[in-house]
Amino acid sequence: MNLRLTINGKEVAREVAAHHTLLEFLRDDVGLTGTKECCAEGECGACTVLLDGKAVNSCLVLAVETEGSAVTTIEGLEKDGQLDPLQQAFIDKGAVQCGFCIPGMILAAKYLLQENSNPTDAEIKQGLAGNLCRCAGYSRIIDAVREAGRAARQ
Amino acid sequence: MQPFAYFRPESRGEVFAALREFAPDVRILAGGTDLMVRLRSGRFRPNAVVDVKRVSGWSSQIVETEGVLRVGAGVTMTDLVSAPSVQQHFPALVEAASVVGSVQIRNRATLAGNICNASPAADTAPPLLVYGAVVNVASRAGERQIPLSEFFLGPGRTALAAGELVESIDLPIPVEAAGSAFQRITRRRGVDLATANLSCSVNRAGEVRMAFGAAAPIPLLVTGTAASLEEMTAQARPISDVRGGAAYRQAMLLVMARRALEVSLGRLRQ
Repeated sequence: MNLRLTINGKEVAREVAAHHTLLEFLRDDVGLTGTKECCAEGECGACTVLLDGKAVNSCLVLAVETEGSAVTTIEGLEKDGQLDPLQQAFIDKGAVQCGFCIPGMILAAKYLLQENSNPTDAEIKQGLAGNLCRCAGYSRIIDAVREAGRAARQ
Repeated sequence: MQPFAYFRPESRGEVFAALREFAPDVRILAGGTDLMVRLRSGRFRPNAVVDVKRVSGWSSQIVETEGVLRVGAGVTMTDLVSAPSVQQHFPALVEAASVVGSVQIRNRATLAGNICNASPAADTAPPLLVYGAVVNVASRAGERQIPLSEFFLGPGRTALAAGELVESIDLPIPVEAAGSAFQRITRRRGVDLATANLSCSVNRAGEVRMAFGAAAPIPLLVTGTAASLEEMTAQARPISDVRGGAAYRQAMLLVMARRALEVSLGRLRQ
């Protein structure tokens, strides 16, 4: 099927098989491999992207469902060579270990801060409950999100 | 995933035509959070998937009309928990919908999808039963209403006939004072299926409506009084599985019933 959507601000038009997920489309057809596949059933959050501004598991969305929509992936956060404040905070706080869960973590955190610019630690944990880190580096991830929230409010 | 034909109809007529053409090997796609998992695992192998999200008139709105709060079939868990009208009248439903999956799941998963999936553990089912929800269904033949208490037939089975589509869920706005609450137990605090869940409501006369999930083949509604919680929870028929033993579930139902009643009585007094 023909699919038209906006990915990271750019219009994309491609043929895609109806049974391919948004995750497969992003990685295999568009070549944006920052979005990760792990559990493929909505448990781990590694495939999190923003779909029309909302955090979703791209493994649970068919590519064809996104016709006319706007998708933001980890590749779309940096602007003019400047990292997103969340990306910078993850680096500054040493929140990245193996890194596999981080794109999903950052997009889930992006959505969280967009909805709630001053989350408590409990709210950060709640907001990231759908994102698993096998390195178990959660406390620094929470530090990074808290820091990015603080930086954005200043 | 096995290939299938994908349809994105823009009118109800096209939906019904597609459902008819591909029956019985057709699946309706709303939020997709349950369907996609089953498509991938191969448990569902439909010839066609009908995406109903762009049907004209498809409602993602929560509207109050004639003593009823009508929740459109496009309403997601995120929409539901943030709606003031739902928070005001149906606190147990807000509590249940807030613990369905993760943020990412709740941004896609719909209330209608949660009941159509007919999991015995569906978190929104017990409060919907307690609040007397009615399911509005449409097909080529017309429209009908199914009380939610008659909607679930077994795990994954509903009273929907082939070619029928859930369009909205009605919640009667309580006319008398009542307090209600939701409880659940899980193996871990976040993003887990319920080992058991329970909702109850109580009025000034002490009449209790209670419903529980993951404790019988379908979410079960029972009625009684504040003094008959044991008899009410004894109507459960839990099984033993990976999330808990039957005896544990049975014992915990009574504990959850007492907790939910206590919270409900507190809300009734407010």
